Amino acid sequence: MNAQMILIVRALGRLCIDAISALGRLVLFALATLSHVFRPPFYLREFFTALLNVGYLSLPVVGLTALFTGAALALQIYSGGSRFNAPEVVPQIVAIGMVRELGPVLVGLMIAARVTSSIAAEMATMKVTEQIDALVTLSTAPMKYLVMPRVLAGLMAGPVLVAVADSIGIFGGFIVATQTLGFNPATYILNTMNFLTSADILSSMAKGMAFGFIATLMGCYYGLNSGRGAQGVGAATKASVQAAAVLILAANFLLTAVFFTA
Amino acid sequence: MITFENIHKSFGSNHVLRGVNLTVERGESMVIVGGSGTGKSVLIKTVLGLIQPDKGRILVDGQDVTKVKRDAFLSRFGMLFQGGALFDSMPVWQNVAFRLQRGALKRPLAEAREIAIEKLRRVGLAPDVADRFPAELSGGMQKRVSLARAIAAEPEIIFFDEPTTGLDPIMSGVINELIREIVVEMGVTAMTITHDMTSVHTIADKVAMLHRGTIQWCGRQTDMAQSGDPYVEQFVNGRAEGPIETLR
Repeated sequence: MNAQMILIVRALGRLCIDAISALGRLVLFALATLSHVFRPPFYLREFFTALLNVGYLSLPVVGLTALFTGAALALQIYSGGSRFNAPEVVPQIVAIGMVRELGPVLVGLMIAARVTSSIAAEMATMKVTEQIDALVTLSTAPMKYLVMPRVLAGLMAGPVLVAVADSIGIFGGFIVATQTLGFNPATYILNTMNFLTSADILSSMAKGMAFGFIATLMGCYYGLNSGRGAQGVGAATKASVQAAAVLILAANFLLTAVFFTA
Repeated sequence: MITFENIHKSFGSNHVLRGVNLTVERGESMVIVGGSGTGKSVLIKTVLGLIQPDKGRILVDGQDVTKVKRDAFLSRFGMLFQGGALFDSMPVWQNVAFRLQRGALKRPLAEAREIAIEKLRRVGLAPDVADRFPAELSGGMQKRVSLARAIAAEPEIIFFDEPTTGLDPIMSGVINELIREIVVEMGVTAMTITHDMTSVHTIADKVAMLHRGTIQWCGRQTDMAQSGDPYVEQFVNGRAEGPIETLR
């Protein structure tokens, strides 16, 4: 019994140490990345390519997701609100729901699915085919050439994507409300605009920035630390998306707590 | 001159290098031979800082490689990787001129492209290859492009990691000849990792055999056949029986 207890405690201890050391490695990686932001050389071409991939090319999926989510939200709120005779709150709840929560979270998860996976797979493939080593021998630091442009692109594209998702989501709700639920278009827009505060929008942008950072950082971290061969690439890609999604949702909770319970 | 002093390296419980001592003279073409998994690639990667040795010292022209300015130090080297390691996101000429497009050796774009095309020509590739992507090239062509990239910035020291792996015998012969020509023509110090005896005969001035993590034998290529070392003899003749254990 005693020996069994020791084994269990030992296993738990090992698990804790592994988790803490993994967190430590990740934090050091993030700090190393940020330390490169203000130190030359800057690879502008790589940055703009990353910005295109992370931001512009994510617009269709982000837009469609937000549109359908906003539309569904309007239907749900109308149906739920009718139970306590308050169906008229649709514009306000759609706006606050999209801007405060759904817009940023949907963008974060969509970037995690689209961008994190792609960055992790690309970098892991570069690692197993010795392209990362080749970069080093060509006097080019992978952190500066590969990681920093992508993470910076995530930081900058995140808020823009969230702004787009918020707007399209509200528009989706507007279409459903005015076309099928009988809302007056002018009143709907007025109610939306009057209800939203600058704090709502700022929190949305801040979340976008944080989620863009997390998504791109996870792709780079798992890509550069991948195992060998095709299996290593697959494992790195899977782990990067899982970690990004979980961290985005955890960060969303923390940021919501900071912004709206203080 | 490159000097390895008592280099040790382990990966987990696998003690790959167990005290390697070796000197490569300036302008010499040294070929490291040995079975698969004996740490040949690990050895050259320790020079470039791609792998940190657990113990020992590496000196290049008397300077400890851990105490040099990285960028200036690395600009003295060129390397041909086993699989080519070409950047598949960029066309061939940008791969070749990678070093000439950024950092201390940066040149104007047109000049960098011109140098890339000249280096491609030097390794036997036509200028029209310059705008193709690595994935559009055969294995032999990729090796040539990688060779062109290794020599593009006129390095003093070039490492060739398994330059003929995966190529047919004729293409292997062509690459070996090219390497020999370039090494002689540029007067560089070269270290080649291989287990292909044809490469050894074409490229090497000197040969070192790595076995069980140490240099088993080192001498002139012409003396290899008469080395009297049973390990070298078994390796040169490709025999399954002998002191080198083989899995069957």
